[in-house]
Amino acid sequence: MCLAVPGEVKTIYVANGTRMGVVSFGGVEKEICFAYLPDLQVGDYTIVHVGFAISRIDEVSAQKTLDTFAELGLLDEELEELRSGDWLSQANSASLRVGEHSGPTAAPAAMRGEIIE
Amino acid sequence: MKYLDEFRNGPQARRLAEEIARVTTRSWSIMEVCGGQTHSIIRNGIDQILPPQIELIHGPGCPVCVTPLNVIDKALAIAARPEVIFCSFGDMLRVPGSRDDLLRVKGAGGDVRVVYSPLDALKLARDNPNRQVVFFAIGFETTAPANAMAIKLAKQQKIKNFSALVSHVLVPPAMEAILRSSGNRVQAFLAAGHVCSVMGYHQYHILAKSYQVPIVVTGFEPLDLLEGIRRAVSQLEAGQASVENGYERVVTEAGNVLAQTTISEVFEVTNRGWRGIGVIPYSGWKLNAEYAELDAELRFSVSNVDPSESSICRAGEVLQGSIKPNECAAFGKACTPRHPLGATMVSSEGACAAYYNYGRFVELQGMKG
Amino acid sequence: MSRIADDPIENVAGSQPSVAQTTKVEPSANRAAVEMHEFSCPIPIHDHQHIIMGHGGGGTLSAELIEQIFLPRFGNPALYALGDSTVLSLPSSRIAVSTDSFVVRPLFFPGGSIGDLAVNGTVNDLAMSGARPLYLTAGFILEEGLPIDDLVRIVDDMARAARAAGITIVAGDTKVVQRGHGDGCYINTSGIGVVAAGLDLCLDRATVGDVVILSGTIGDHGMAVMSRRDGLEFDAPITSDTACLADLVQTILHACPETHVLRDPTRGGLATSLNEIANASRCGIVIEEQAIPIDSTVRSACDFLGLDPLLVANEGKLVAVVPEGSADAVVTAMRNHPLGSRAALIGRVVADEHNMVVARTSLGGHRIVTMPIGEQLPRIC
Repeated sequence: MCLAVPGEVKTIYVANGTRMGVVSFGGVEKEICFAYLPDLQVGDYTIVHVGFAISRIDEVSAQKTLDTFAELGLLDEELEELRSGDWLSQANSASLRVGEHSGPTAAPAAMRGEIIE
Repeated sequence: MKYLDEFRNGPQARRLAEEIARVTTRSWSIMEVCGGQTHSIIRNGIDQILPPQIELIHGPGCPVCVTPLNVIDKALAIAARPEVIFCSFGDMLRVPGSRDDLLRVKGAGGDVRVVYSPLDALKLARDNPNRQVVFFAIGFETTAPANAMAIKLAKQQKIKNFSALVSHVLVPPAMEAILRSSGNRVQAFLAAGHVCSVMGYHQYHILAKSYQVPIVVTGFEPLDLLEGIRRAVSQLEAGQASVENGYERVVTEAGNVLAQTTISEVFEVTNRGWRGIGVIPYSGWKLNAEYAELDAELRFSVSNVDPSESSICRAGEVLQGSIKPNECAAFGKACTPRHPLGATMVSSEGACAAYYNYGRFVELQGMKG
Repeated sequence: MSRIADDPIENVAGSQPSVAQTTKVEPSANRAAVEMHEFSCPIPIHDHQHIIMGHGGGGTLSAELIEQIFLPRFGNPALYALGDSTVLSLPSSRIAVSTDSFVVRPLFFPGGSIGDLAVNGTVNDLAMSGARPLYLTAGFILEEGLPIDDLVRIVDDMARAARAAGITIVAGDTKVVQRGHGDGCYINTSGIGVVAAGLDLCLDRATVGDVVILSGTIGDHGMAVMSRRDGLEFDAPITSDTACLADLVQTILHACPETHVLRDPTRGGLATSLNEIANASRCGIVIEEQAIPIDSTVRSACDFLGLDPLLVANEGKLVAVVPEGSADAVVTAMRNHPLGSRAALIGRVVADEHNMVVARTSLGGHRIVTMPIGEQLPRIC
């Protein structure tokens, strides 16, 4: 239901009695209301929805989640293998031969579900 | 962007999907509650990399889809008034009312504006003292703090030409209604991460326990969703039913208490009709008596609209996951993304619109049947 | 680079002094033929800080507008003649014609203005059929109250874009509408170019097995305009990609004369162009989402507003559909051109009776890429 994106707090000020500030979303800067996060500091990351910061992002937890993924994860060579299996990235990086790969026209293995008559 | 890119890693996602396949021994139906999650699933093709035993059921968590028809009709009636500047979030503009939608009202001369934030509507009211500025305050718990703040500030700052048409909906009662329905197929929930960032997740323990259903608080990026599914499947396979937080970097058990306080200052719980589903007890917020003067419904006397829903549209059953979109007689015939009968056909992530496109694709792949 | 080898412009109106003396009396036709040297200007135009109805009335004020704003900037023999029409000679009888109307809010945005779009838009449409653009006409509909300084900026931008594209503006017209009846300035431009013999670029020529090449990043123009739109403003180092693609097209055609389709993905974005090609050619297109170049700030802005970059407008990009064997040569040639430095092979043409465009996502899943039904709106959900 709710498109909310992470951004970095750049400035904090009070306008019309409300705690406001500027948040940068990967270089896109927008004025955001901080009324609900009085502890938010410049440099913190926050989740923003319709102009309001609703949650401070906890860096430690984020890293913990990423570490969990890494534990399930891959060796670098495997990653490299996956990338090079990609007919287009290969085509774009070196030779532009595209015919030799099965390419994305191959039916995805997991395509399934109810079919529309 | 930090905290986005790391959670969109393709090879890592495929590895998570493999892990899900490894632990899955039988069929499971999992509902992602939130429309934003549905969007991400469709947008990234997440359902297609999952093992075939995992079925994702798209939940009722699209606020524009479930906003009741009579409220949409009231919005259309207010927006058509010459003295009104009607402010809405962009996704609401194409949602069909009984006869029109906001875009058509705009075409016919209504002053309808898309705002990014409810504070933008408040600013419009300050800048246009001779016009009535009405804000369409819809959404789930995530949007409520913002809407409540705009309404609270309007009262504090005595902005007399501002009012709000409020139709907030609440997630936990809807989840419970789904679990109680006779046709329920949902075996686990991915709870809506951003709703939980505001409200916390303490209220879900009783649901998980009473209905023996795993609930995993889940984020929106591909890795977040796959991790939510992985945890849900792990619980299902182990015969457990507890609440887990898979979106720890954003969500805490208690949520944003300050936001909850402001919400309770401005709104009170009410029975709310969900479009296509019907009234769910205590599933909405409305303005409380102290803020009645800011209620657009009262200010513009639109309580007597006479809504009439398409007689063939079965969006409600689709929203509850009890039928698939293509089981509706109108699907793909009278009802298409270009001429939607129900809200679920409106946006590309609406269950019907997603199915419409997806189905064409499945057919393309020659995997019919 | 001027593409007019020898001056092909003849001025017929100049031989009809009686016509030229007649300041047009029909309402607001200011293509009025006025002999410049006989015209005395009692009130300098800059005494008016804003466009008033009289500037479209065909009288003295109209003439001042032409004399002081349009002629000095667009100036060429054809325009100075101020005839009712301009007669042109073309180096080939195989011509491409295109017309486009430009409406944009705001009129000025990071990286350009409606003036740049009005020239580049039509020039690019000509270029997509392989034409070398030569001439342009410009019709202005100005709203009463438009600051004269804004008009000057717009016309300056058009003149600069025209010079860069090597085209000549050979006819023009101005009307004024009452305040509240226009967004400051609308511009229509029509263009003529010549197409070399043997070239056959058409939307319906994509063939199964062809590859799809994109000339650079998508979404820059649309997000630059969005960043300045009322109610949605945000600060971001995003600038419009408005540019003339005619030279890049010649580069592509040099590398691959048998190019099947060229299309510039403007309104409706890349998704619309690919769907148009698939529908016209009765084929499917499969693209690799990861291969599509997108500026990171543009991507962030799209994330932030909930928009799909594939649906966002571009004004300086093109899609080329070429036989697979030419892919290497075309990408290499494009990357050596300043407007194609981030060119990439993004997909290929497949057989599909439903004429669908399908994107393979970075996760390895697929999604359907549909045309937007209307304007893309920021979403909360």
